[in-house]
Amino acid sequence: MIALTVNGKKHEIQAEPEMPLLWALRDLLGMTGTKYGCGKGLCGSCTVLMDNEPIRACSMPLAAVADKNITTIEGLSTDGGHPVQQAWLQFSVPQCGYCQAGQIMSAVALLRKNPKPDDEAIDAAMSGNLCRCGTYTRIRKAIHHAAEQGGAK
Amino acid sequence: MTLSRRAFIQRLSFGSAGLTIGLQLQASSFAPADATEFTPDVFVTLEASGTVRIRCHRSEMGQGIRSTIPRLIADEMEADWNKVVVEQALGDAKYGDQNTDGSRSIRKNYDRLKRAGATVRTLLQQAAADTWQVAPDQVRIHNHAAHHADGKKTLGFGALVAKAANLPVPAADQLTLKPEKDYRYVMKKEWELLDGLDIVTGKAEYGYDVAVKDMKIALIARPPVVFGKVKSFDASETLKVPGVLEVVEMPALSPPAAFKMLGGIAVVAEHTWAAIQGREKLKIEWEDGPNAKYDTVAHQAEFEKALEDPKHVVRQHGNWQEAESQAESRLDAAYKVAGLAHATMEPLAATARLTDDGVEVWACTQTPQAAQANVMQTLEIPQEKANSVKVHVTLLGGGFGRKSKPDYVAEAAFLAHKTKRTIKVLWTREDEIQHGYYHSPSYQKLAATFQKGKLSGWYHAMVNHPIGATFNPAARVGGSADLGQGDAPYDVPHMRIVNGETDTFMRIGWLRSVTNINNAFAASSFADECAAHLKKDPLAFLLELIGPDRHIDLQAEGYGYGNYGETTERFPIDTARLKQVLNTVAKQAEWTRKRPKGHGLGIAVHRSFCSYVGAVIEVSMADNKLKIEDIHLAIDCGLAINPDRVHSQLEGAAMFAISNALYGQITAEKGRVVQSNFHDFPLARINQFPSIRTTIVSSDGPPGGVGEPGVPPVAPALCNAIFAASGKRYRDLPLSQFGIV
Ligand code: FES
Ligand code: FES
Repeated sequence: MIALTVNGKKHEIQAEPEMPLLWALRDLLGMTGTKYGCGKGLCGSCTVLMDNEPIRACSMPLAAVADKNITTIEGLSTDGGHPVQQAWLQFSVPQCGYCQAGQIMSAVALLRKNPKPDDEAIDAAMSGNLCRCGTYTRIRKAIHHAAEQGGAK
Repeated sequence: MTLSRRAFIQRLSFGSAGLTIGLQLQASSFAPADATEFTPDVFVTLEASGTVRIRCHRSEMGQGIRSTIPRLIADEMEADWNKVVVEQALGDAKYGDQNTDGSRSIRKNYDRLKRAGATVRTLLQQAAADTWQVAPDQVRIHNHAAHHADGKKTLGFGALVAKAANLPVPAADQLTLKPEKDYRYVMKKEWELLDGLDIVTGKAEYGYDVAVKDMKIALIARPPVVFGKVKSFDASETLKVPGVLEVVEMPALSPPAAFKMLGGIAVVAEHTWAAIQGREKLKIEWEDGPNAKYDTVAHQAEFEKALEDPKHVVRQHGNWQEAESQAESRLDAAYKVAGLAHATMEPLAATARLTDDGVEVWACTQTPQAAQANVMQTLEIPQEKANSVKVHVTLLGGGFGRKSKPDYVAEAAFLAHKTKRTIKVLWTREDEIQHGYYHSPSYQKLAATFQKGKLSGWYHAMVNHPIGATFNPAARVGGSADLGQGDAPYDVPHMRIVNGETDTFMRIGWLRSVTNINNAFAASSFADECAAHLKKDPLAFLLELIGPDRHIDLQAEGYGYGNYGETTERFPIDTARLKQVLNTVAKQAEWTRKRPKGHGLGIAVHRSFCSYVGAVIEVSMADNKLKIEDIHLAIDCGLAINPDRVHSQLEGAAMFAISNALYGQITAEKGRVVQSNFHDFPLARINQFPSIRTTIVSSDGPPGGVGEPGVPPVAPALCNAIFAASGKRYRDLPLSQFGIV
């Protein structure tokens, strides 16, 4: 049994300690908002927050996240009201949308650390998140906008 | 003759066989007088509550089609968008073609979707006229209601359902379509994304996310070489992995590959992690078969041989030999573009469940009807039982042409049938990169002759592994190889366009903009080389090369040009429009403004999928490292139905093209794909992208393609810019192999 806190809710999971958090979230807890893109820490699709730090859920064994606070895209807000989500909608950032949960979680982590990032800080924080559809320039705009709206929440 | 991709697909036994039907049906001759809803055509149902249900029959993969189609219908029928519910259509021939591919969802359906909306509007108008006992022209349909000419009486849409349901559906020629100037939603800037909220809250469901009761997960170890087979295998360690349920041998693949399963060994497990571990523990001995001799690097010699004297003439006019013999000077250059994988951010996924009479499938597919046909073929379900195979289309985490090949859907159906379980087949990134339907590597030779300071002759020879070989192993040339090559819109007295022949050893398929990728790269780079040769400004030279305003008549030259399945009357090759996007993008980029030292501007223009795109890219080179400073694109796609998604498709196309130009390279050794994940098949990252500015040139032409046309001019504009900045010409993609990225 591994104890896990996801979006403020405690879970007891029956799984091997080596199972990556990604598959526990998706297959065991039915939380499919966090995406698989590479399984190797290369694309950022699976980004979640562990005690406010962005981590790649595909490369993080359950043993390493036991007793930590995990925040996934589903936990950011119940209604899409988080300033980063709002900015994403305002700039119509998503195309296919598949990478966007990871992008949003990386952006949230960035704004919590650096509430007014410049382009360079955005590029540095977001360059681990791939988007095959090519939404990067809108992501940059949306992060600036979210920062103005107090996105650091 | 070279077939267009569309014509080509229609010749396959599966694919877009459906015809446009459904609009001529009766509203319902059986409708009771108190009908609570009516469905006068396949796209729209109006409920007595006033709710309108609109079906989107095309797949959503980021192009915004789930926003575009329903809004177009809603606008035409005068529905209030707030009362519209969008449903995703199942795969069904009654919708006509559903293959969301070839940049044609709007191009091919615009009029038809308008007719669907107009049908409902006309019936509601008649129903209100009957109610009020006036002539229909005394009734105005506006914003979800019928309004009497007296200015007093109104009836909401819902109140008219029972009456409208009993009226005969008007024939197409009795419909009046809304003029563009009256649109309320269509062609307007601000549309929220239909699935935007679901996407940003993690609720959107992709093929990978499907969860059905009692579903198990399957991963498949596929033969590393196409047409390879399992010689023997040992699954004893696999079966010890907790969570692994069983191991299934898949049927081996025999030519043609088409959309059939690749074969291999499937591991069925309770969850993905168990399936991953179980697959790693399989011990398989493969029999590779004849394709194991294929080596991409070594095959280059075959490509070169094929272009020594290529015989497959695509197009010619004038007399190239004469141009050669009379030339005052000439230019020759050879170009290479590597093979590419689609690398959709969401790899492939399909779920299948057996039902009482057939199979139910959920998949991120671009082509639910081909998926349905593929399942039927795999399970030997006869055509008359097509309705027993239900294909639900989820959201697609990218498509780019890969998800129009439903091999993975067949795998899920086969495994469900074999194991009697509900099965979700997942492809890992490694699977996606190593078992693709690749954009073929290509080799091209171009030559130009000059007389009196002008271009007098143009020669373009190309060889690649043809897409046709995937469906007919004997095919050695053709199969949409001529896109962006045969239709070179240049005003030159002598022209010869030819292709070489070669064998094929992998599955080759269409990938966003298809052979335009390599052909436009070579042709638009070479045009820039010609400008440099003549010491002319590249923009001025391109305008001269395109020549006077005219419609280029390729048929008159005896070239059976496919024109993306469109007539040249409706979608001519219009040089005025080409020049207009070129001038627009040049102006936007301030082409004549002096740039700092080390900076360079590159330009290219290209027509594909019946739309026109001009590109200007600014780069700087410092310490032999490339930096992209700015990207400008301008499109003329005819009417821009959903302008924001036109902009976003251009942004995406630019990045797609740049990723490919910088890094895209699939190679095989011993028939096996070398690359496996984003470390060796990288995509460009956010820090490599400056601002992108996109412009839609206003146009009243019929809507052309949008998803693909942005791709072709970007790579040549990039390399032309590098030349301008550094004097160095790169004719070989990707650029990463030269250490400048
Ligand atoms: S899936 Fe975790 S980084 Fe790609
Ligand atoms: S929106 Fe499709 S991968 Fe980013």
